[in-house]
Amino acid sequence: MMDFSRPHFNQRILIRNGRVIDPMQVLDQVADVYIADGLIAGIGQEPLGFRADFEFDAKGMLVIPGAVDLCARVREPGESQKGSIHSETHAAAAAGITHLCCLPDTNPIIDTRAVAVLIQERAYQSGYAHVMPIGAMTRGLEGHQLAEMHALREAGCVGVSQLRRPLKSSQVLLRCLEYASTFDLIVFFQSEEQSLCPAGGVHAGPTATRLGLPGIPECAETIALARDLMLVEYTGVRAHFGQISCAASVELIATAQARGLPVTADVAVHQLYLTDTMVDGFNSHFHVRPPARTEADRQALIDGVKSGVISVLCSDHQPHEAAAKSQPFSDTASGLSAFSHFLPLSYELVHNGLLTESEWVQRIAMNPAHLINLDAGHLGQGSNANLCVFDPNARWRLEPDSILSAGKNTPFLGRELQGRVQLTLRDGTMSYRLG
Amino acid sequence: MTPSTPPHRLQLNPRGRLQHFLTTEGLSTELLTEILDTADSFVSVGKQAVKKVPLLRGKTVVNLFFEASTRTRTTFELAAKRLSADVLNIDISTSATAKGESLMDMLWNLEAMDSDMFVVRHQASGAPHFIAEHVTPTVAVINAGDGRHAHPTQAMLDMYTIRRHKGAFPQLKVAIVGDVLHSRVARSQVHALRGLNVGEVRVIGPKTLIPHDFADLGATLHYDMAQGLKDVDVVIMLRLQRERMESALLPSESEFYRLYGLTQEKLAFAKPDAIVMHPGPINRGVEIESSVADSPRSVILQQVNYGIAVRMAVLSMAMSGQNEMQTVTGEQ
Repeated sequence: MMDFSRPHFNQRILIRNGRVIDPMQVLDQVADVYIADGLIAGIGQEPLGFRADFEFDAKGMLVIPGAVDLCARVREPGESQKGSIHSETHAAAAAGITHLCCLPDTNPIIDTRAVAVLIQERAYQSGYAHVMPIGAMTRGLEGHQLAEMHALREAGCVGVSQLRRPLKSSQVLLRCLEYASTFDLIVFFQSEEQSLCPAGGVHAGPTATRLGLPGIPECAETIALARDLMLVEYTGVRAHFGQISCAASVELIATAQARGLPVTADVAVHQLYLTDTMVDGFNSHFHVRPPARTEADRQALIDGVKSGVISVLCSDHQPHEAAAKSQPFSDTASGLSAFSHFLPLSYELVHNGLLTESEWVQRIAMNPAHLINLDAGHLGQGSNANLCVFDPNARWRLEPDSILSAGKNTPFLGRELQGRVQLTLRDGTMSYRLG
Repeated sequence: MTPSTPPHRLQLNPRGRLQHFLTTEGLSTELLTEILDTADSFVSVGKQAVKKVPLLRGKTVVNLFFEASTRTRTTFELAAKRLSADVLNIDISTSATAKGESLMDMLWNLEAMDSDMFVVRHQASGAPHFIAEHVTPTVAVINAGDGRHAHPTQAMLDMYTIRRHKGAFPQLKVAIVGDVLHSRVARSQVHALRGLNVGEVRVIGPKTLIPHDFADLGATLHYDMAQGLKDVDVVIMLRLQRERMESALLPSESEFYRLYGLTQEKLAFAKPDAIVMHPGPINRGVEIESSVADSPRSVILQQVNYGIAVRMAVLSMAMSGQNEMQTVTGEQ
C-alpha cells in the first residue's frame, strides 16, 4: 500500500505573506496561514506555542481553498492504459485540486457499493486528492432499471448521473428523478439528445460542412436540457447541469433559475477558450464532447460564468493514451487532459478583468463544494487544511513534461499560461510542491 | 494552442508547389490551371502505341483503399503505370488493419518498404491529411476520397472535362444536383470551381441533402430544379445512395426522381448547349433518366477517360514537389 501522507502528516506548516482569499469568510488580505494536525490552526494570528516544521514564503502569491472539481475521469477501475487513480490524483494535486468527483463510466460501472468504496480507498492510499464518486443513475448505465442510489449514497457517492448514455424512455428518467429526490440526491445531468449526436461529430456549422465531419447541432443539447428542466420542475429533484456548451443553454438555465428551480450549472474551462473553427486541420486534440461551438456561444458561456448563472467551473478531465488520439479525427476518442490548464486558464478570466479573485475562487472551490454538501472549498479556522498556493504572476508554457497526468492529450500544448500552482495541501499534508 | 495545419496548407511545399494532394480548397487559380494544363499534355499518352512516360520510373506508388472502389482505383493504377511507377495495391479488407493493426503501424510498415507515394481512400474525413501529417516527409499522399471531406482528383477531372467542352470558367454557370450533404465530390468541385473563378455555382436538392452552410463555401442554394437549372452551362448530377431512404433523408426514390432526377424535360431549363456530368457510378431512373445519360450532351464517359490524364498530372506534380524539397534539404 502506498503511504504518501504519513511522513508529513503531523507537520506544522506556516505559509507566510500570501494574499489569503476565502469568499466564505469574505476574506481577502495578506496574512500568514498556520496549519497543524491537518487543520487550519490560524490565519493572521499565530496559535499559542506554534512552531513550524516547514515554512513556505508565498509573497506575491494567492493562498486559496483547494479546488473542487465536479467532473473528472481517473480511469480506474478498468482503463489502466489511460490513467490510474494514482497518476490522475497526482496530476490533480499539481493542479491545486484537493477534491474531485469521478464519473460512473468506469469498468465496472459505479453502480454498486463495492466499486464506489474501492475508488475512494485507492485515492486515500495514494494520498494526493480526495476522489468522490458520482454513482450511476441506472444499473450498468443501461437506462432501463434504477441503480441502488441509496446504497451508492451510503457508500460515499455525492450524486448520481446517467452521463450521455441513452435512457429507455422519459418515463425511466422521471422515475429516476423521483427516486433520487426521495433521498435528496443531486442528479448530475449531461443533457444531450443522442440521436442528434453522430459519433466523431463536431459543432454543426460551416467548419463541419467544409471538412465533411458529422455535425452536432446545439439543439442536440437544448432539447434534452429543456426536457430535463421540465422533469426537474415536476419532481423537485436537485439538479446540476454539467458542461453546457452554448448560448441557448445558458438562457434556459437562467430562465429556470429565475423561476426558482433548484438548478445549477457548470462549464468546462476549455469551452471558454475553444471554438468550432479550431477543428480545421483535423487536429484530434480538439475533439471534445460537447463540441466547441461558435464564438458567440463562447462569449455567452463567459458571460454566464460572470453573471453566476454558471456557478461552477469544472475541468472535464479525460486523459487518453496516445493511440486513442492517433487516428483520423472521427475515429478518435473525445476529451482532453484538463488538469494542467484548469487553474491557469480559469484564472485568466481574472487576469483579463472578467472575474474578481474572490469570484474565481467561488467558481472553482466554494460553489462546487457547497453543491455537494462538502466541508471544503473554504479556509475556515479548525477545518481540514485543503488549500493551494497559486502564483498569479508566473508565466509558463504547457509542455508534455509538465503534465503529470498519464494523458498528454491537450490542444493547449505549447500555449503560454498565466499563473501556476506552487503548493497544494490535502488535509494539511503536502500533496504537491512545484520543483 | 496548437491547431494543426489545415489540409490546403499542408499539401504545399515551402515554394508553394504541390507535395501532397489532399483538397482543392485554397489552391490558387494558377496551380489549378497548371494541373489542367499538365493533364492536357498526358491525354495523348493513352493514344500512343507505347502508353508510357518515364516520369515516375523507379518510384513505388501504394494504392491504399480502405473503402471499395473500382473506377478510382483502376484509373490511379493506370495513371501510375503510365508514368512508369511500380504499383502496389493493398486490399484493406484482407490486410492487417482488419486484424486489429492500427493505421499508424500499418503506415510505418509501408514506409519501411521505401514507398514514395500513398494513394489513399478512407471512409473517415481527414484520413489522408492524418496520414500526410504522420508519414515521413518524403512520402507524397494523394487523396482518392475521404469521408465527406474531399475527392480532389475527381473534382479536377471534372474541371478538365468542363474546360474541354466549355472553355473559360468565369463565363460559366454550374449546377450540382442531389446528395450534396454526403458528397466529397461536391465539396471538392465547389472549391475548384471557386478557385477557377467560375461565374456561378449552384447546389440543388431538398434541405435534408443541402447543408445550409454550403453557402459559406461560395455556392448558391436552390431547392427547385426549374430555378436552379435556369440558364446553366453545366449540370453535375451526384450519385444517390439507397441508404438515404432508410435514414429518413428522403421518402422514396420515386419522389426524389420526380423532383430532382435529371430528365429531358428538366434539362430543358438549362442552356441548349449545356453538358451533363456524373462522377459515377450512375443510377439510371433514380438521379438521371437513361436517355439523358446516353445523350450527346452527356460527357460521363469522357470524364472517366480524362481521369487517367488528370491523375497522371497530379501524381507527377506531387512527386516533383517532393523531389524539389529533398534536393533543397540535400543541399543544406
